[in-house]
Amino acid sequence: MEQNRGPIGQRQRCSSGLTTKKSSPPPPILLRSNQKMSSIGTGYDLSVTTFSPDGRVFQIEYAAKAVDNSGTVVGIKCKDGIVMAVAGLAADGRQIVARAKSEARSYESVYGDAVPVKELSERVASYVHLCTLYWWLRPFGCGVILGGYDKDGPQLYMIEPSGISYRYFGAAIGKGKQAAKTEIEKLKLSEMTCKEGVIEVAKIIYKLHDEAKDKAFELEMSWICEESKREHQKVPDDLLEEAKTAAKTALEEMDAD
Amino acid sequence: MMDLNLDAPHSMGTTIIGVTYNGGVVLGADSRTSTGMYVANRASDKTTQLTDNVYVCRSGSAADSQVVSDYVRYFLHQHTIQLGQPATVKVSANLIRMLAYNNKNMLQTGLIVGGWDKYEGGKIYGIPLGGTVVEQPFAIGGSGSSYLYGFFDQAWKENMTKEEAEQLVVKAVSLAIARDGASGGVVRTVIINSEGVTRNFYPGDKLQLWHEELEPQNSLLDILNAAGPEPMAI
Repeated sequence: MEQNRGPIGQRQRCSSGLTTKKSSPPPPILLRSNQKMSSIGTGYDLSVTTFSPDGRVFQIEYAAKAVDNSGTVVGIKCKDGIVMAVAGLAADGRQIVARAKSEARSYESVYGDAVPVKELSERVASYVHLCTLYWWLRPFGCGVILGGYDKDGPQLYMIEPSGISYRYFGAAIGKGKQAAKTEIEKLKLSEMTCKEGVIEVAKIIYKLHDEAKDKAFELEMSWICEESKREHQKVPDDLLEEAKTAAKTALEEMDAD
Repeated sequence: MMDLNLDAPHSMGTTIIGVTYNGGVVLGADSRTSTGMYVANRASDKTTQLTDNVYVCRSGSAADSQVVSDYVRYFLHQHTIQLGQPATVKVSANLIRMLAYNNKNMLQTGLIVGGWDKYEGGKIYGIPLGGTVVEQPFAIGGSGSSYLYGFFDQAWKENMTKEEAEQLVVKAVSLAIARDGASGGVVRTVIINSEGVTRNFYPGDKLQLWHEELEPQNSLLDILNAAGPEPMAI
């Protein structure tokens, strides 16, 4: 599952070790009978080519659930860098990554220049959306945070299972995404360097984990910035350790209050 | 007049030039399109627009170079829409190269792509017959360019001003026209920089005369009616 490289973010692995296990959406029939949620599929959720009377496509919403049930992934764009991460069904994620690589390669071979991040995210989003148009295909059960460094500097995009893609300063997907987003909003990203960002993100993940009531977790982080020579790489071990320590200290200070 | 061969394919003997200067590029070309020995068009425009900021100088087969330019203009238009900003000169050159290389057996056209974009500034790319693409500080092409290699070796320098660059291009095309039978007519230049595009026109009869060149004559009538040479005084 080397897929889940955290952006400047990280990935929270649940005790089961594989986010896949926890993230498969329950089959629609069961969902209906367990109904504690506001939506009722009742017949309109059997195919991605069916709208419900209130204009929703349930299959796409269920696909999003697959992502929501998986480990958190966070990405932030600091003033000098970022990265790509996947949360959700790992196999789906692999497919998307393969497609992204292929699109990037093809762009470069036709246009003779590295693919701009915007273009790549649009192509990936378009592919994800494609799988929401036909009854014989199921939507991707994973969200993607895509980051890159091109001529216009570092950029961060997020692509959801519905095929929506937007550019972000900070993004989070998976279990603790709401809490993560709240924490990210407190940060002053435009003034933060990647080195500082690594520490901040570690703190956020440690904080979230607390609330998620999961057992052990492993923090993985990767980045693209000037320091990594504009190439994607795992955050160097010493910085990672520094981040973990700082995060744990921050947590203790919080608990002590 | 067997030499005329009016059915010969239109080719642009041509002299084409592209030069970078401090802030942009200057493209230049002559204006002769020949069908065998007959000049089919003495005032053609060989500098063709691909996008707002990228132009191409065409040489070789008139038809082939036009069609290639048309395809690339179309692709670049779509590319610009997708990107949401002007295409770069590098991408334009690469698209031309794709067509030139993949159809090398059928095409006979040498092109010089020149333009300005916000990332790299002014750039010139030469794409000769086989479909190679070479980024150069200046490029020359067409049949007339044979006479300019030595000239550029001596006259070219880095970081010229816009005026110096344009003067260099006009002078060079003019020299080539003087020696190459397949080049002639007027000199057209295109200057591309961050501010935009400027097209200039230099009529053939206003160009400087080189070694052994005769004054241009518009009509035989002018010669016949002119006063004869003064009788010698002893």
